Amino acid sequence: MPPLPSDDKRWKIVNGTMRRHGYARNALIETLHTAQSSFGYLDETAIRFIALSLHVPLSQAYGVVTFYHHFTMKPAGKHTCTLCIGTACYIKGADKLVAEAQAYLKVKPGQTTPNGNISLMTARCVGACGRAPVMVGDGELQGLVEPAQLLQHLESWAAND
Amino acid sequence: MTSEELLQIAETNAAERKEFDYEVNVCAALGCISQHSDKLKDALEHEAAASGNRCHVRQTGCMGLCAAGPLVRVEPTGTMYGSVQEGDAKAIIDALGGTPVERLEAHLEKYFRGQEYIVLENSGHIDPENIDEYISRDGYEALMTALTQMTPQAVIEQISKSGLRGRGGGGYPTGLKWGTVAKAHGAQKYVICNADEGDPGAFMDRSVLESDPQRVIEGMAIAAYAVGATKGYFYVRAEYPLAISRLVVSLREARRRGFLGTNICGTTFAFDIEIRIGAGAFVCGEETALIASIEGLRGQPRPRPPYPAVSGLWGSPTLINNVESFANIAPIIRNGPQWFAGIGTERSKGTKVFALTGRIANTGLIEVPMGMTLRQIIFDIGGGIPDGRRFKAVQTGGPSGGCLPAEHLDLSLSYDALISAGSMMGSGGMIVMDDTSCMVNVARFFMEFCMTESCGKCVPCRTGTAQMFNLLTKICDGEATHADLDLLIDLCDVVKHTSLCGLGMTAPNPVLSTLRYFKDEYLEHIDNKRCPAGVCACSNKVRTEEEVIV
Repeated sequence: MPPLPSDDKRWKIVNGTMRRHGYARNALIETLHTAQSSFGYLDETAIRFIALSLHVPLSQAYGVVTFYHHFTMKPAGKHTCTLCIGTACYIKGADKLVAEAQAYLKVKPGQTTPNGNISLMTARCVGACGRAPVMVGDGELQGLVEPAQLLQHLESWAAND
Repeated sequence: MTSEELLQIAETNAAERKEFDYEVNVCAALGCISQHSDKLKDALEHEAAASGNRCHVRQTGCMGLCAAGPLVRVEPTGTMYGSVQEGDAKAIIDALGGTPVERLEAHLEKYFRGQEYIVLENSGHIDPENIDEYISRDGYEALMTALTQMTPQAVIEQISKSGLRGRGGGGYPTGLKWGTVAKAHGAQKYVICNADEGDPGAFMDRSVLESDPQRVIEGMAIAAYAVGATKGYFYVRAEYPLAISRLVVSLREARRRGFLGTNICGTTFAFDIEIRIGAGAFVCGEETALIASIEGLRGQPRPRPPYPAVSGLWGSPTLINNVESFANIAPIIRNGPQWFAGIGTERSKGTKVFALTGRIANTGLIEVPMGMTLRQIIFDIGGGIPDGRRFKAVQTGGPSGGCLPAEHLDLSLSYDALISAGSMMGSGGMIVMDDTSCMVNVARFFMEFCMTESCGKCVPCRTGTAQMFNLLTKICDGEATHADLDLLIDLCDVVKHTSLCGLGMTAPNPVLSTLRYFKDEYLEHIDNKRCPAGVCACSNKVRTEEEVIV
């Protein structure tokens, strides 16, 4: 086994997932999940370490990371605003919310404001279609979102920077 | 675990419940939790303790009507309260045994009338994380019967006789699939539950997993016994953290009670289930792509045959069924195939769970017998279109389905009727649109979805969806000609017939169905550069020109 990249305790959590799966190659996605939830994103060090430990070619590990939308190689901002753009939310005007957030933050979906404060994300249905349109602000789900409400949320985050 | 022990657990649980005069059930599924039903539950517990009533406050699964959340149901009176806030807790507890709080009472008789519960029979009635409550409602009786009194062949026969068809969308007969896996040769076989509900606008599987996870586990165990598998996987979307956490708890509880592991129910049958979390790829709902993802690879489909039933996970015979299919298994074994076959239509048996969303008064989760008409669902159960708007179309089957116009409102729902109308059953998303939606824009929305979700393995899907998206954008922007429309129709045909997997094969469906029923809207965009609903960019252009003139 390769040595842990640093004495950061989070590497032990990542290693734990791999050990639980007996360092089997098919544990790649599970391990990437653990790494992303521990560090917030997957950087080159993490991908190299996991690929080496599981005896998976680096190309395959990189391929998996870039194939799945859930994995990100960029650190997220202090706050994350995820707008659902599933069908039900689209019918109920999610595109207006996205345009509103884009205009206010001056970043595109998938990007973070230059000061690293707010990340704007879109999601393909979070499954709360009964409350559409829906946003997830720092992990907390809100339904029936009005543009004014969204702006208020973003402003409060921007003010607390 | 023996059947006597099973009975004893049920009796103990029933006796515990008798100690209370009232039960206050609070919905703790995603829709209501987003409106702080968890805090409401704490407040109700606090008030109940303070009042000295013999009252049990409990979290339950989804009660259906997400639009009126957070929902509270008081038993034994069956009073439903809607839009309950934390501050209302005292009023509800004080009203126990007296007249209900009028201002909070939700009158949902119309919503519940006409619905028939099989899959959702326990939703909203039991605590999803408490296995004993599931057992007290006949849970695990079917598994016990199957293991101790039936041969695997007999189980498959019962499922075949019931006429159950796959609830993931394709509608393949479940009994036939099980039979193929049972006959396939292999030392190791697998059972996979497909809970990768990627279809946007659908949340049936999430709701079932959050409300009654034990039912799905029982269904999988029965399936494993029938096909001879010893290992199972739940493949769940990462977007459903609550469903995942409830599954983790439920699997642990099932192991503790001896329904998973070795020597299940005192027999030699051994079976265990692991959870695999998806990573946000719609294509992983396709069975071969799902298998690749469990193997830790990119979720790309491969050509079939060989089908997963013969050569699936790690080359072994693999049974893949949808959450709702597995949820139907236990009731079929318990009540007999004739009972199940008595519900529904000639070729589509049983009930179907739908997620009713969009421009409709009662958004939420419903379960209706097959054969019900769209009109009954949308206008009777759904309460019609709000704000005095006019019904325009209903979309079923997600990105693989189609839009049905008002003239099809009397279509009775079955797999075959929907396909002949140019849509499909799909997993059960039903999105209602009124005259504020532009059908060309809707088609473009779905094409954008398919374009970004295409895995890129086969050319027709990878480039075809992108080209179709560009053409649709051109139409929406009012820059298209009739030649573009012809090209779009041609492309639909090519992509439909030459793609490798279901994603590409069905990607043109939203375009084809809107072209079939709403061609005038396409022509309006092309000829008059005008969007009748005022959604598309071309109508904005016209408006700004008018403003300039003014």
